[in-house]
Amino acid sequence: MFAIGLSHYLTVAAILFTLGVAGIFLNRKNVIIIMMSVELMLLAVNLNLVAFSSFLGDLVGQVFAMFVLTVAAAEAAIGLAIVVVFFRNRGTIAVEEISQLKG
Amino acid sequence: MTQTFAFSSLVPALPELFLTVAALALLMLGVFRKEDGCRQSTLLAIIAMAIALVLTSQLGGSVSYAFGGGEAGLFVMDGFGAFTKAMVLLGSAFTLGMSGTFLEREKIGRFEYPVLVLFATVGMMIMISANDFMSLYLGLELQSLSLYVLAAYHRDNLKATEAGVKYFVLGALASGMLLYGASLLYGFVGTTSFDGLAKVFGAEHAVRPSLGVIIGMVFVLAGLAFKISAVPFHMWAPDVYEGAPTPVTAFFAVAPKIAALALFTRVITGPFGDLAGEWRQVVIFLALASMFLGAFAAIGQTNIKRLMAYSSIGHVGFALVGIAANSVLGIQGLLIYLAIYLFMNTGVFAIILSMRQKGRLVEGIDDLAGLGKTHPAMAFVMMVLMFSMAGIPPLAGFWGKLYVFLAAVESGLMALAILGVLSSVVSAYYYLRIIKVMYFDEALEPFDRQTDRPMRLVMGLSALVVLVFTFIPGPLLVGAKAAAAVLFPAAAG
Repeated sequence: MFAIGLSHYLTVAAILFTLGVAGIFLNRKNVIIIMMSVELMLLAVNLNLVAFSSFLGDLVGQVFAMFVLTVAAAEAAIGLAIVVVFFRNRGTIAVEEISQLKG
Repeated sequence: MTQTFAFSSLVPALPELFLTVAALALLMLGVFRKEDGCRQSTLLAIIAMAIALVLTSQLGGSVSYAFGGGEAGLFVMDGFGAFTKAMVLLGSAFTLGMSGTFLEREKIGRFEYPVLVLFATVGMMIMISANDFMSLYLGLELQSLSLYVLAAYHRDNLKATEAGVKYFVLGALASGMLLYGASLLYGFVGTTSFDGLAKVFGAEHAVRPSLGVIIGMVFVLAGLAFKISAVPFHMWAPDVYEGAPTPVTAFFAVAPKIAALALFTRVITGPFGDLAGEWRQVVIFLALASMFLGAFAAIGQTNIKRLMAYSSIGHVGFALVGIAANSVLGIQGLLIYLAIYLFMNTGVFAIILSMRQKGRLVEGIDDLAGLGKTHPAMAFVMMVLMFSMAGIPPLAGFWGKLYVFLAAVESGLMALAILGVLSSVVSAYYYLRIIKVMYFDEALEPFDRQTDRPMRLVMGLSALVVLVFTFIPGPLLVGAKAAAAVLFPAAAG
């Protein structure tokens, strides 16, 4: 009999989180993909929190997850707004083209 | 069983509540007025900050909690919080006062600017008073989201919007790492409250903390290191400082830095206070890397805003030396350092904001050439501030460095103190180069006369504080010591 325990949830969350971080650093194409990677990281955190909350029998984790969801929505809205403003000035959102500032 | 809610339980958070309501009221005012009232909104925002400062100073006497029962409350107000919040409010008010003229000249003087600064300030104050990972996260995000927008505030400017994109991406990454660490800590310890965590770590002296706790702590520290722009998590700072509009850069360099360092201190001395053996190596590495990168990378810079970014990375390194000492003396040194840093940096940015030739803003270090002849007073203020930043006695910057290094030596970190002094010598090179450019290079186009009264006030005040601190250090030393002692109740009792 195969039972799904806490460690399975943690492993999935760890994999999702790593994918999110890797998506930010390895991606050379598009800022939108970076924003999706950020969401992936936050979702991994939520999975962690809810799994721990259920395992510990403690509600704090789920409350925390609610806050994270709310803030993630606000963050996505602001991120998209900034990307739109950048697109208006630059005409592209390819990651290689974000290169005015260096040194 | 019914619980009644008493409004008096919110008193510890009164300054934050007041500022939030003030920001919302200013937002309404701005929306319902027809013309762009940047001036009025700025003035009202500064008045609101002054009132919040008075409220804060009334609350720091004892430790009190809000939003939750007793020590498990989400929010704590104590002497340390009052001291650092006062610095944050002063920094925000000074930089907000300096920005009005600039924004109007660049035609971006809209009422949203002071409102965003106010919301960012509320976020910083909540960060400083966080007593739980939940309130830490919410405060941090309230601050960060406002700062992302401020970085891209000049929305028709390519550099500013690029700075906004970069800041957003790296800031979101940092928040994600911090959250992941917090979720691991929650899972392996069973609580998100700082006091709860401190109790668990303090109790199990015999047991080493589990691997999950260590990984969680490292993630949290990495996320916080991003926010204070400590090396190796500093890469966003130079780009954002250069790209953002100059008043925003001035704001970034002062208030959020102080708030994030205060938060770092609270987390490391509170929940992780008994894990000093585990985090000390990390903090020492961050301090050393920041001091040396700040010193060496700034040498080749030609843009003064970028130079200030590297300079502030170096200053974070020196401040971290005080945290690494992990003692009342160390935190006292840190607070003195931050207070002096606040005045030095606002003064320097007041001068950078005055660098205008025929109405156009210039940012090159070479543009300062001949300032000693064309604007003797401004050049004198800049000289005093640069000597102070380099740490040359008897100016205030010297004492700031002295106190953190003394604390490090006292805690047995002799090597760290020696390396810190060496990096300070290297960084003196680029501060002195600015003085050389001002006094010994041929004057080019002179700057426009600075007629903005708040700007001249800030310049004069910062020079005065830096010059006078040597003779009357008393109030700051006593205040910083009382604030630092709050974080180490065991040492005091």
